[in-house]
Amino acid sequence: MIGIEHYLVVSSILFVLGVLGIFLNRKNVIIILMAIELILLSVNINFVAFSAFLHDLVGQVFAMFVLTVAAGEAAIGLAILVIYFRGRGTIAVDDVNRMKG
Amino acid sequence: MIQVFAFYLFATLCIFSGAVTILARNPVHSVLWLILAFFNAAGLMVLVGAEFIAMLLVIVYVGAVAVLFLFVVMMLDIDFAELRAGFVKNFPLGIALAVVLFVELFIGLVVHGAGGVELGIASGTATQAADMSNIQAIGALLYTRYLFLFEAAGIILLVAMIGAIVLTHRERSGTRGQNVAKQNARRPQDATINMQPESGKGVQL
Repeated sequence: MIGIEHYLVVSSILFVLGVLGIFLNRKNVIIILMAIELILLSVNINFVAFSAFLHDLVGQVFAMFVLTVAAGEAAIGLAILVIYFRGRGTIAVDDVNRMKG
Repeated sequence: MIQVFAFYLFATLCIFSGAVTILARNPVHSVLWLILAFFNAAGLMVLVGAEFIAMLLVIVYVGAVAVLFLFVVMMLDIDFAELRAGFVKNFPLGIALAVVLFVELFIGLVVHGAGGVELGIASGTATQAADMSNIQAIGALLYTRYLFLFEAAGIILLVAMIGAIVLTHRERSGTRGQNVAKQNARRPQDATINMQPESGKGVQL
């Protein structure tokens, strides 16, 4: 029988994979953005699983808002990536030091 | 029984494709594996009856975001071999952090299974009615109680769209665009001259 725990395990494994992806591909921004998408996906799975578990639709409504923000984030992130590449000719994030932060 | 089989199929494929997404050598392959991961996550959501979010995931992610990723990956001419140089160096630390994170999440899960912290029970004010489909119920909720949040989400998308356009737009000099105001302001008497040149002589333009 499939319970809420199964869904939580899947979503936590996906979350960890996303965090691991950020650590492993420290230089490649595109993969980092994809890893962030994976993290948001795991959050959405959590929302939907608990929404079904608690018989409360608000979780699914909130998952939709997470999806909205994720889409906006991907668009802005890729736009920043494109202008960064235009200026520098590379997307290696190791030497992003223009702002001297 | 078929539900158990479907769950394990979707879950295994989702986790596997998520792992290949972050490990793939070629970013184009990464995007394709990411699409597979989203498909399987949509399958997982269909299993618990959240059809609307599942379809949204397929349409928004596979149809828009993943294609956007593909466009950018293919548009930028990047030496990806060089970008992977730090991969082996970061591997032990990354694995260690991932293990710690997963063990923590798992402990939380076990505690939750053992009773956990009682924070209250669901109010049940947004329960899905038995005679409504999932999409109908979400629509009824979204256009009444969450109307302003829904519109705020629309504004977020608008801001993201305008932001992306403003960021990537560039003014290129040397192009000849149409100047409508100048065209409309042009009159025949300004544009043409009546001349009577003597024979054998040229006309000055």
